[in-house]
Amino acid sequence: MTDMSVNKRAALLSFILLFAGLLLWEAVIPGQKAAGELTEYERLTGGGAQKAGVPPPSQVLEKAWEQLSDPFYDAGPNDKGIGIQIGYSIYRVLAGYFLAALIAIPLGFLIGMSPVAYKALNPFIQVLRPISPLAWMPLALFIIQDSETSAIFVIFICSIWPMLINTAFGVAGVRKDWVNVARTHELGALRTAFMVILPAAAPTIVTGMRISIGIAWLVIVAAEMLVGGTGIGYYVWNEWNNLDLTSVIFSILMIGVVGMALDAMFGVLQRFVVYSE
Amino acid sequence: MSTAFLSVERLSQRYPDGAGGQTTIFENASFGIERGEFVVILGHSGCGKSTIMNILAGLAEATEGVVIMDGKEVSGPSLDRGVVFQNYSLLPWLNALKNVTFAVAARYPDWSKDQVLDHSKKHLEMVGLSADVFNRKPSQLSGGMRQRVSIARAFSISPKLLLLDEPFGALDALTRGTIQDELLKVWAGTNQTVFMITHDIDEAILLADRILLMTNGPFARVAESVEITIPRPRSRIEIVEHPNYYAIRNHLVQFLGKHSKELAGPTDAAENRPATVRIDKTAPAVRAPSKLAV
Repeated sequence: MTDMSVNKRAALLSFILLFAGLLLWEAVIPGQKAAGELTEYERLTGGGAQKAGVPPPSQVLEKAWEQLSDPFYDAGPNDKGIGIQIGYSIYRVLAGYFLAALIAIPLGFLIGMSPVAYKALNPFIQVLRPISPLAWMPLALFIIQDSETSAIFVIFICSIWPMLINTAFGVAGVRKDWVNVARTHELGALRTAFMVILPAAAPTIVTGMRISIGIAWLVIVAAEMLVGGTGIGYYVWNEWNNLDLTSVIFSILMIGVVGMALDAMFGVLQRFVVYSE
Repeated sequence: MSTAFLSVERLSQRYPDGAGGQTTIFENASFGIERGEFVVILGHSGCGKSTIMNILAGLAEATEGVVIMDGKEVSGPSLDRGVVFQNYSLLPWLNALKNVTFAVAARYPDWSKDQVLDHSKKHLEMVGLSADVFNRKPSQLSGGMRQRVSIARAFSISPKLLLLDEPFGALDALTRGTIQDELLKVWAGTNQTVFMITHDIDEAILLADRILLMTNGPFARVAESVEITIPRPRSRIEIVEHPNYYAIRNHLVQFLGKHSKELAGPTDAAENRPATVRIDKTAPAVRAPSKLAV
């Protein structure tokens, strides 16, 4: 054991924890009694009715296999594959997210460069930022009058703040010496922005982008539960209404996996722009 | 002296002292630098050396006075004045080579990519860096190598005036020695005018044609201009044997230890030009007065 690397030991421990957890889960789910084994009293009090118990992991795995082996089937409005549902969610998240980035990063740049703009806009940012994105939903539905676009708007409004604040913070904090290097080499405003300030602030900006995508993915589930129709959030709620808890648990796991994948993408981007002084 | 290549005229710097008044860092400082000269400025912390450097670089503005270089007034930073800072001269997200090429490309916008690359590599090799470190980021280089890259970049754009702000201040004594040698070697091959700040007396004597001595602040001024009467090429090992070495060194130590304090404070003079000091033990008969006021 002592010659195993830390990574190997950690992986082994992870697997042990996973199996122990699944086993415990499987063990504590009480089996349904068959109708013939019930006493008369139990039958009278409704004990024999089909109970929607929490499914054991074996059923969830079975469901996962079934769903993942055909993720893109489409059998009508209320019966689409998990891949299609997740696809809708990712599309909404990315649409709202990139719109937000398109505005937040240039605006954050300007705010970071100008102390006046920073101070002037700060009160607005501080008031708007803590508003739960879902609180915008009624207003968005009323003004936009389209549930699809409203969901995208909610993603937009929740992902704009971390990017805006981090970009402004990163740009304002660029070391004066590096700006002086640009000045003594007569780099113009545009070249200074792209050659010095952007790379210097990039790690902070990407951190903001990473926080934003995480929040956006959290919010899309709730937003889709409200607007309905398609998407992983709607899928969870729909399966709850169907009392299909196996699908609910399966989709909860899928939400986690997709969230992890989105975060990992920004982790790669972060490694790409990071520098050490 | 107003005909000098670089002429600093009655430069004063004042800051608000936070109590409604003003603190004068230095006042009416005037001095000149000739083309091709290597001038070092010595003085205690707080006398405004770095402020003078920043004004010469165009990164700061003096409260009063002007700097004229090559017949033109200095206003704002320019590629004509290259600067090597003590730290953070290099952009940490670019590798050593790119830290030089961006400067060369800015200096010579008409050059082709290959020309820029060749020119940059040549200068990196001149300061003793080999091709295997070209692709390293500054964080992967030692402090000495980083300053070599900075120096290579400064020479690669052939500025009219090269400003060195304590370039070796953060280095250990052994590394400092080797890089001083590199700097001397590179400088000897050019006609580069250099203005340098240092705290190190031996470094100043090794490198300089002339050392400007500043009194303590506030109301600091450039009090003396000491000529280094040791012939070039110099080497660290040989100059200590030269008869003038300890005479000059003693004079500098005396000034920094004693006179810089005694001479401190405001003067009535409208212009504070440094007195020229020439110490030469090798030819006492010819140059009788060891101290000349010009």
